[in-house]
Amino acid sequence: MIAVELRKLLRRPRTWWTIALLNALPTLVAVLLAITDVGPQPGEGPAFLSAVLTDGTLFPLAALAIVLPLFMPVAVALYAGEAVAGEAQTGTLRYLLVRPVGRTRVLVAKLVGIMAFVLLAVAVVAAVAYVVGLLVLGGREDTAATVTAISGSTLTTSEVVQRTLLAVLYVALSMLGVAALALFLSTVSDSSLAAAFGALAFLVASTVLLTLDAAQALHPYLPTRYWLAFVDLFRDPILWRDLVRGVALQGVYVLVFLGAAWANFGTKDITS
Amino acid sequence: MIRTHALTKRFGPVLAVDRVDLDVREGDVYGFLGANGSGKTTTVRMLLGLVLATSGTVEVLGEPMPRAGRTVLPQVGTLVEGPAAYGHLTGRANLALLDAAGGRSGRRDRARRVAEALELVGMDVAADRRVRGYSLGMRQRLGLAAALLQRPRLLVLDEPTNGLDPQGIREMRELLLRLNAEGTTIFLSSHLLAEVEQLCSRVGVLDRGRLVVQDDLATLRAPTGRTVVRTPDAAAAVTLLDGRVEHRDGQRLVVRAQDPADLNATLVEAGIRVHELGPERHGLEQVVLAATTGHPGESREPA
Repeated sequence: MIAVELRKLLRRPRTWWTIALLNALPTLVAVLLAITDVGPQPGEGPAFLSAVLTDGTLFPLAALAIVLPLFMPVAVALYAGEAVAGEAQTGTLRYLLVRPVGRTRVLVAKLVGIMAFVLLAVAVVAAVAYVVGLLVLGGREDTAATVTAISGSTLTTSEVVQRTLLAVLYVALSMLGVAALALFLSTVSDSSLAAAFGALAFLVASTVLLTLDAAQALHPYLPTRYWLAFVDLFRDPILWRDLVRGVALQGVYVLVFLGAAWANFGTKDITS
Repeated sequence: MIRTHALTKRFGPVLAVDRVDLDVREGDVYGFLGANGSGKTTTVRMLLGLVLATSGTVEVLGEPMPRAGRTVLPQVGTLVEGPAAYGHLTGRANLALLDAAGGRSGRRDRARRVAEALELVGMDVAADRRVRGYSLGMRQRLGLAAALLQRPRLLVLDEPTNGLDPQGIREMRELLLRLNAEGTTIFLSSHLLAEVEQLCSRVGVLDRGRLVVQDDLATLRAPTGRTVVRTPDAAAAVTLLDGRVEHRDGQRLVVRAQDPADLNATLVEAGIRVHELGPERHGLEQVVLAATTGHPGESREPA
């Protein structure tokens, strides 16, 4: 069933359209930067963006930082919200279940499919951004194989590559909470849009609460709290605290919502 | 093959299926009749474990459902409330995905299985076009091909001729009869009486959630002990048969007479000309109407 889910993912035109759209904004940013040569001041704008003018190979990180707060969650929520509700809408869900494919297996395969989609999207965004950065913004101006870490010391190329891969992984993990929530809503509603918007509303609420000091006590539990912590991977030494908390928090969200999805879907009357 | 006991489903305050005792035997072509909203589809979904019964039990192929779904369902082919497929894939790709999703069937002869199922329903020509461009009839055939993919012992078909043209309906009927002759039991739900009359050996009628009739079609349509006569000399016939004529409608008489041949001899001896004469049989329509002395328009099931 998992293999079937992955095949469906890859053969679906919508998957590739979504990923193409995800790439559009960072590419536009790169082109604008290259033309105008006006970067944001260090410390302002999306992370890393001020650094890419001197080093195009850092652009994947800037691209992830651009895409992460808004575009990725929307894409993930739409994809995950569609997972079960979409099959219910087309009527294919009932035929899967009478094949038979166990209901738990359907859920697990869907979650694996969503994770694959997230990883694929993040990886493609990073890869495209690397190429775009190199072509549009040019390579490193000094040929010394070092990058200045955010905290001031230098990183070797292999360190940068390693840490970029880690960052890609972290961003993908950060999306799991949204994915699990949207998947749960997708088992509740037969409308994919309702499920996607429900998950997005939750994220918006989380973002709003994060800016509100009165909600201080809630901050550590908000799903978006640690999203940009991947920047910490480029400090020297790496600042693990927020990264670890971010992963743990996503883990809790996945457990809760996947459990809820399982409890709901396992005994649900399939009348679609 | 299918046996339910006091099967009941309640959706909130609505009683969709009310203590239904189905009995489908091996080798049957069982016609499950009922008006729209009478609970047919809900019953079918309960047989397959898609909808969970409020109370009562379901046995399919001798095993309890939905508990034994893992062993039972691979031997059952289904078409529930219309076919469904991914529009952006071809018919063949859809079947291959469905075949792979089952998990039990081997990968090696998948292509052969899919091709065979497509050929059975006469879809081998259009198989490599995207489903999005299919007509309703083609989708219906593809759905049936999906149901036949695992060579089922039992076919559960909900309105299988929906969207088919007369030629397609005849092909479908021939296919189903052939499969039945080869040993497949068929459970067919429909609201088309004529279709069921031509195809089925046993009939169950559902009326507002309750099973009001369940019997062999031959028994239901057995002669009623009356003979229908059409004669230009109707008045003379009425006089002759005195009291045995139950109903007169112009030239058509309904006569209480077990044996049409005897009646014919009597009439001819008396010089009464006869156009037509034969035993009265109830059509399925009359049987169903008599059983469902219902109030049309009162639907108790959500659409």
